[in-house]
Amino acid sequence: MAVSQLIGASIKRREDPELVTGSGNFVDDMSQTALAYLYVVRSTQAHARIEGIEASRAKEADGVLAVWTGKDLQPEFQAPLPVTTSFVPEKKYPNHYPIASDRVRYVGEPVAVVVATSKAAAEDAAERLDIRYEPLSPVLDIEAALKKDAPVLHDDVGSNIAYDVKRAGGDIETAFRDADVRITQRIIQQRLIPVAVEGRGVVADYKKFAKTLTVTSSTQIPHFVKIWLGVILGIPESNVRVIAPDVGGGFGSKIRVYPEEVLVALASRRLSRPVKWTEDRNENMKATHHGRSQIWDVEIAAKRDGKVLGVRTTQYLDLGAYCSQFGTFQAIALLIIQGPYKLPAFDGRGVGVFTNRTPTDAYRGAGRPEATYLIERVMDLVAQEIGMDPVEVRRKNFVPPEEQPFTNLLGLTYDSGDYRITLDKALELVDYPQFRRDQAEARKRGKYLGIGFCTYLEICGLGPSVATTAAAGIGFWGMSVVNLHFTGKATVIIGSSPHGQGHETTFAQIVANELGLPLEDIDVVHGDTAIGPMGMDTYGSRSASVDGTAVYLSSVKVREKARKIAAHLLEAAEADIVYEDGKAFVKGTPSKAVTIQEITGAAFQPHRLPPDMEGGMEATTFFNPPNFVWPFGAHVALVEIDGETGGTRVVRYVAVDDCGTRINPMVVDGQLHGGIAQGIGQALFEEARYDETGQLKTGTLVDYMIPTAPDLPSFETAATVTPSPTNPLGVKGIGEAGTIASSVAVINAIVDALSPFGVKDVDMPATPEKIWHLMHRNGGTTR
Amino acid sequence: MIPASFDYVAPRTLPEAVAELVKHGQEAKVLAGGHSLIPLMKLRLSTPSFLVDIGRINNLNYIREDDGHIAIGALTSHHDIELSDLLKQKLPLLTSAASQIGDPQVRNRGTIGGAAAHADPNGDFPACLLALDAELKVVGPKGERTIAAKDFFVDTFTTSLQPNEILREIRIATPSPGSRATYLKFSRRSQDWAIVAVAAQVRVTGHEVTQVAIGLTGMGSRPLRASGVEQALRGKGAHDDDIRKAAERAAEGTDPPQDLNGSPDYRRHLVQVLTRRALEQITAHH
Amino acid sequence: MRRRVAVTINGAKHEHEVEPRLLLVQYIRELAGLTGTHVGCDTSNCGACTVELDGHSVKSCTVFAVQADGAEITTIEGLAQGTTLHPLQQAFWDEHGLQCGFCTPGMIMAAKQLLERNPNPTEREIRVGLEGNLCRCTGYHNIVKSIQAAAKVMATGAGSKAPAAVASQKEG
Repeated sequence: MAVSQLIGASIKRREDPELVTGSGNFVDDMSQTALAYLYVVRSTQAHARIEGIEASRAKEADGVLAVWTGKDLQPEFQAPLPVTTSFVPEKKYPNHYPIASDRVRYVGEPVAVVVATSKAAAEDAAERLDIRYEPLSPVLDIEAALKKDAPVLHDDVGSNIAYDVKRAGGDIETAFRDADVRITQRIIQQRLIPVAVEGRGVVADYKKFAKTLTVTSSTQIPHFVKIWLGVILGIPESNVRVIAPDVGGGFGSKIRVYPEEVLVALASRRLSRPVKWTEDRNENMKATHHGRSQIWDVEIAAKRDGKVLGVRTTQYLDLGAYCSQFGTFQAIALLIIQGPYKLPAFDGRGVGVFTNRTPTDAYRGAGRPEATYLIERVMDLVAQEIGMDPVEVRRKNFVPPEEQPFTNLLGLTYDSGDYRITLDKALELVDYPQFRRDQAEARKRGKYLGIGFCTYLEICGLGPSVATTAAAGIGFWGMSVVNLHFTGKATVIIGSSPHGQGHETTFAQIVANELGLPLEDIDVVHGDTAIGPMGMDTYGSRSASVDGTAVYLSSVKVREKARKIAAHLLEAAEADIVYEDGKAFVKGTPSKAVTIQEITGAAFQPHRLPPDMEGGMEATTFFNPPNFVWPFGAHVALVEIDGETGGTRVVRYVAVDDCGTRINPMVVDGQLHGGIAQGIGQALFEEARYDETGQLKTGTLVDYMIPTAPDLPSFETAATVTPSPTNPLGVKGIGEAGTIASSVAVINAIVDALSPFGVKDVDMPATPEKIWHLMHRNGGTTR
Repeated sequence: MIPASFDYVAPRTLPEAVAELVKHGQEAKVLAGGHSLIPLMKLRLSTPSFLVDIGRINNLNYIREDDGHIAIGALTSHHDIELSDLLKQKLPLLTSAASQIGDPQVRNRGTIGGAAAHADPNGDFPACLLALDAELKVVGPKGERTIAAKDFFVDTFTTSLQPNEILREIRIATPSPGSRATYLKFSRRSQDWAIVAVAAQVRVTGHEVTQVAIGLTGMGSRPLRASGVEQALRGKGAHDDDIRKAAERAAEGTDPPQDLNGSPDYRRHLVQVLTRRALEQITAHH
Repeated sequence: MRRRVAVTINGAKHEHEVEPRLLLVQYIRELAGLTGTHVGCDTSNCGACTVELDGHSVKSCTVFAVQADGAEITTIEGLAQGTTLHPLQQAFWDEHGLQCGFCTPGMIMAAKQLLERNPNPTEREIRVGLEGNLCRCTGYHNIVKSIQAAAKVMATGAGSKAPAAVASQKEG
């Protein structure tokens, strides 16, 4: 394709003027007449039998329209909430319904709903419910779940183990036999709470005569919500419309069909009036899914020359109380542990367990940060053990560029990349030798500087339909419609459903580039299941490479039709028609051109078309990519630790990323910035913690600490460009790269800083106290 | 997120406000800036049925000096304290602490009286008031009384204020010229409550410490004085060694809590580091 | 037990009978119909609900509407003049200072106060000045750049057009 100034241009986002003036349209901004408000009454117990719910006092309260318990609503569910294959087809899991009927399994699980004429009335009435629980012993973490005598959450599963599977390649026994050094390490991926700044919200409107359901939801996946609301509530899919309006961030937390979407829809159907539910933050912290929550045990076999021979590991994944829709997606980590390295052997085991905590599911990166964290810690552990520079260890193990496309030990084939180039560029930006001098100098002053590297390889672009069916149970692909109107303006419908990523701008750039239309003549619409064919929505850094390609291919189809019409109008052979900058002309005579607007006008007047051609200027594409895309990069974190308090600051952060062609570099950098910040959040601040009864102790933003502006430096970003051969735009993905790389870069930097104390590892979040303990335990003093 | 229902009155004078408190007894709470109370009410952890909003009472927002004392009206905002030229000059401990409370929006609304009456052991002003031997003037049905800071802060969220009393003014003897101060706070993020903080007010004459007062935040269920440190320094030199040795006594007599941000051991360690740093900072130019 | 609350929001008078427990943010969103001010938490941490109350930025989720009776309030909707954006709004657009846009109104209102109090802030001062506003999308990087760009424009009293880019500075 011709790369014009539109691909690679930092075009300002067209989404922004409404958003900066307060004219955005988020779910809670919607008003409607006769709107009723739903309040979800949630379990206060981690594990208990519901002995009874006395609702009469609540029903009598002012403004109350209805109070329903799980028992009241259960008969209406024709199916449980969906669970996908997500890399573990062999798992056992219970049916999970939107509301508990007889037993609760986590604090925050819905047990009743109150619908009233105002939110305040619903909340007041909820306080008048009398719910009697018979407490059961809770299972509070992975290790407790694995105990032989542990209470069992789900009788129909029979144990707390959802799966115990093996994912291996190469000869691990030989690797360990040949090793000079063997290292073991336990790695904790602490439980995280996604914290999109907008919580979830749902407005449902069921029309009783037409039997149609319209749901507006703060979701990443309107198309999937549409399908499953139909299935669960027994409404034909054609009668369900789901709209994702402006969505205030997702990060994976809005990737599932949620209980509340079903409950609000059901309430609207029962009451025949529109019903709204908006999540409070304290609800969000326990009712919206969590992420990570894994323990990894790893054994490493390596040679003294820095070559890593093999990794043996077990991933213990805490699914929480149920198996969420993409709950086992995190097991993708076992397929990609080796990252950009040529590893002779890998032996992986994955164990998924149920605990009495909020279900876990995708959180930015979903399995890939965990895999990257593991292998990048492995590189540093090996470097420390054999006394080699961590940069050198990485270089020794990189897949040689001449071996691309390289197939990893689990059979996944990388697309392109010389993994040295981003590292080289990052080292140059950091000035590595100077840093080591500064580090030595600072130690004399009681300041501990550290540098940490992460050279990641990411799998994204869901995805090839066959491969994703194996992985997710559904074949993923991209969808677009490019439709030109009579006057030559375009409406572009996309299958992905953005929530801050700027698709309206970047996808318009693709169309403008192909058709030569002015950007302002292109309208990109999304997030409404009534306006186009099935789409696959937004997650896993898939939009640009999969739906973006679909947009490109539809544009090409439209352009080709335009060339045919132009040939007819200009009475020339199609082969002689040149299409350039929105004009078509006979080769050599650009002065006698017809514009795309004129061509489109003709397309809507059949008498001006070739005899065998149908009218209209519209193309639809379902794009099934031949492979995933594999962006890579090198991130370097520089930290400074106060030797007395353990206080740690990231003082510099350099990121060099190769995500192939960058359609809009400004947007790409923006995605990186946010991702890096979230990874730093995991490394230094964030952790969902529970007490011994299963109550969430970090249930507000006071206790669950996401990074604030003064906690972060400005980021230094740079790029290399290795186009992906798997799509015509050459794009890869960038939505999660920052998060995938930054948590381990920061932890590696902290371990580097603490090397004078003999520290080899630190658990996330690396709080000042943990760091102080590590220094203290190893002979640190208060100066 | 919606508070339970309550009734509300916004009297114009203190006597009216006290009369409302008397009338409504235990059911009533005083509302000032609201930044401690309203979040608790939204989570329905606090459900008073009556609020007496003192925000419309005139003449409770001032900072002035008279008769060798600084007087601060209870409704003076953290922001006004942070920016007060008088306080910068005479009581920099308060401006230093004020600038580290919460965030700019919180400082615009939050008041020193509210912060004192809320008595959060991790709040920043209580330790300062204790270190400064502040007097808290309160008005009740029987008229006005003065409570010394050391008697005012009783326990977590508990003061010696009676339910029908209102804090009117905070009065602090102007430190003598040459007295210097700082508030050093350690928290994980800048908007957070202190894990530990140290309020230090010290006067060095020649090379001798002639006055020293150290207040501690986050080291117990109420603000504390580091009396061991004060004892070790008072009348002694202000050399690095003296300071280091004195600071090692900062955790004496404290009972720091265990919470999500720190263990008692860590707090005992931090308080020594912060105390030493505060003293070093203050005495740096002597 | 309802109370009459009269306020001026963005120059327009509003008057409603409200329950004392009604929060100012609910008044603004639900009674005045100005939904640009958002709610992102219950505990006054996130700052999405930041508005100006009698000239001071406040978190309107932590103020009862009755406390604001008689006040002058400015919300995000009050900054632009027709289609001419306030320099901060323009700069957030120019510098990609937002992604999902949910925290943005509060962020801009906090930034407005920041620049009123300190027209020429360092990067560190900007970051500290935003300590009460949470953003999960941008990592704050471009928000800082936006405020730097707006500060330049506001200092010269120029129109709404912000310079294309301002180099990011290291922590200062």
